Amino acid sequence: MDRDRTLLEYLLRLADSDLILAQRLGEWVGHGPVLEEDIATTNVGLDLLGQSRLWFAYAGEVEARIKGKGRSEDEFAFMRDAGEFRNLMLVEQPNGNYADTMARQFYFDVWHELLLCGLSASSDARVAEIAAKAVKEVHYHGERSTDWVIRLGDGTEESHARMQGAVDDRWMYTGEMFEADAIDIALIDAGIACDHRKLAAPWQQRVAAVLSEATLTQPSNGWMQGSGGRGGRQGVHTEHIGPMLAQMQWLQRAYAGAQW
Amino acid sequence: MSREWPLWEIFIRSQHGLAHKHVGSLHAPDAEMAIKNARDVYTRRNEGVSIWAMRSSDIAASSPGDKEPLFEPASSKVYRHPTFFPMPDEVKHI
Repeated sequence: MDRDRTLLEYLLRLADSDLILAQRLGEWVGHGPVLEEDIATTNVGLDLLGQSRLWFAYAGEVEARIKGKGRSEDEFAFMRDAGEFRNLMLVEQPNGNYADTMARQFYFDVWHELLLCGLSASSDARVAEIAAKAVKEVHYHGERSTDWVIRLGDGTEESHARMQGAVDDRWMYTGEMFEADAIDIALIDAGIACDHRKLAAPWQQRVAAVLSEATLTQPSNGWMQGSGGRGGRQGVHTEHIGPMLAQMQWLQRAYAGAQW
Repeated sequence: MSREWPLWEIFIRSQHGLAHKHVGSLHAPDAEMAIKNARDVYTRRNEGVSIWAMRSSDIAASSPGDKEPLFEPASSKVYRHPTFFPMPDEVKHI
């Protein structure tokens, strides 16, 4: 029983980071710098949306085991308020310019692929299955965002300056990705979750290599937002999530159960 | 220097054994990006197993004005079609 409650919480953490980033990427639709990028970025968003649905569907089943009835994917997405969301603070940060979007994407993609690799070995067969399916998509996401960080970093004077600003500004949201709280630890011990703390070293190595190829200076480690168990995964969010959820949820809030 | 990305022609092979087929064009700053963009623009619905990209400017094309001298002489030479050979009944798919 307790196991199911922690598992539900953990699944929402996985689902929410995918969903919120998908929504952010969706904001680029029709505004991409070129047609091809518009389509590509939207594809990444749709991949993430698809992944979030798999996690939500499983979360609903786990919730049904606890309460007799579980929420649907739509109820999870549209009927929760900011404090109930369990996504990383990083993914709710606004799109900014294209360098800002790519810095956020790059930090997330590298982490996401490592996380899913870990989760594909989960002792929970369903978690392992979803992770194994998602990791192929995410590997490609990482190739794209890595490519853009290098191109813009090692590009013109202006693109370099913007890319440097973008990686600097988002650095303080990366610390949260490598923390483990009581919920994580309970599931790590059960062999279900992946130990985020162990992802820090490979993540830093990959990020350092890419930043160096992009001729960018690695941001210095300072205060990390959401550290100490007070982050997005615990329901503590930055000011940016509110307006974003309002945009995402208003239709279902105004016309509950509305269908296309 | 032009600020526009160059145009690339994209060829997709839909399954092993078939030839790459021209599917359209797109803009990209270089070959690597052209392949990535082609993946997102032209293979969203599971269309391909292989992508080729080439600069549109590298294609040499016949001129529409040369249509008559290039192609018309062949139209009166039906004997160039291999339709004058009796085929054994056992041979299929020809």
